[in-house]
Amino acid sequence: MDASPSDVAGPDAATHGLLICEHCDTVHRRGPLAHGEMAECARCGAVLERCRGMRADTMLALIVTALVVFAQATLWPIVTLGLNGQYVAATLWDVIHMMWLDHSQVVAVLAAATLYVFPLAKILTLGWLLIYARSGRRAPGFRRLMVALHHFGPWTMSEVFVLGALVSIVKAHLYFDVLPDPGIYAYAVLMLLITVFAGIDLTRLWDETCDEDAEVTP
Amino acid sequence: MSVLPRADELGLLGCHVCGQVCRAPGAGEGDAVPACPRCGSVLHRRKPAVYTRTWALLIAAFLMYVPANVLPIMRTASLGDIDDNTIISGVVELWVKGSPGLAVIVFCASIVVPMLKFLALGTLLVTCRRGSNWARRQRAQLYRLVELIGYWSMLDVFVVALLTALVRFGFFSLVEPLPGVVFFGLTVVLTMFASMCFDPRLIWDGKEDSDD
Repeated sequence: MDASPSDVAGPDAATHGLLICEHCDTVHRRGPLAHGEMAECARCGAVLERCRGMRADTMLALIVTALVVFAQATLWPIVTLGLNGQYVAATLWDVIHMMWLDHSQVVAVLAAATLYVFPLAKILTLGWLLIYARSGRRAPGFRRLMVALHHFGPWTMSEVFVLGALVSIVKAHLYFDVLPDPGIYAYAVLMLLITVFAGIDLTRLWDETCDEDAEVTP
Repeated sequence: MSVLPRADELGLLGCHVCGQVCRAPGAGEGDAVPACPRCGSVLHRRKPAVYTRTWALLIAAFLMYVPANVLPIMRTASLGDIDDNTIISGVVELWVKGSPGLAVIVFCASIVVPMLKFLALGTLLVTCRRGSNWARRQRAQLYRLVELIGYWSMLDVFVVALLTALVRFGFFSLVEPLPGVVFFGLTVVLTMFASMCFDPRLIWDGKEDSDD
């Protein structure tokens, strides 16, 4: 490879159309994918890329739905417990607040980050990017936001919380009256949406949008 | 099938943030750290200090995991009757009191998944260090499994948090978190960092023996 020294990593004709498996470093030639198809690495079997059968418009609509549902899930009480005519309901905020007061600040911070801050940041970021991606453009701050999205992706745990709520309800049911509140239904819908989004390969946004507003490389 | 070329041999680097294929700087082109032209992330041939970092995080996680299992994670008090639960006793209670299915799920999330992570990452670190070509594909799958299911261990932490917020009936009934849950939360976070620090490309480094 005798590229000129300044051309350390420029996308050029030779690297165009190539794909490197992030799990084993194998170089593949990119083939066309039909909707819903995915390419697998021939060496290690990891998914190389996935073609979503979904347009940016559709994804944006789902993200807006997710935002509404997320707001409901976090603001509304999740379940109510009853004992001898006494009732206690809890929202996500109560959960975080109680852990903070009960000498488990570490857990409070973890819960706040994984159930509140990161999921919300993910929804808002994706929504912002998709508003522009609908017309094939890159939103202001596209580059930084895509990188951020990659980094906080693994730290959203709403779906684990839903399962946790289920376990808590079963445990509490042994001793208390359990009344489901709207928050738990909102969480159920949110979990469905998360599952839909889990199957979407977001790195494709890099290829599907182009840099017309001159977000010049520094 | 033809031999599959690896990016390293072709002088290419894949950006693991955005997937861009980049040319690796050749030898003698200075020590400047190459950055991805598309997303600006730092490019690595392999992640830096994989063994040191992953071992350190894994050992730290294990040190947290011991008190997480030994210490109680939750106290339930009702009418002056105090009961401290560990992770295992919580699973047993769930099993006995009528929800074996859920007990199995909690057992997997709290016991099997963390143990699997310790064993899997430990095995991967040792075999990669040796450049072993034993069961490469299976080890690659194992790593992807660890990445995929790792964060479900937070389940018990959320259960304790939710019960604490819900069971507040003063003298009649009260749930409090105990230090075990903090250690357990830290275990999960540390093992997640450990698996992020590991570089699965190392599994395929070292000499390749025909069709293994």
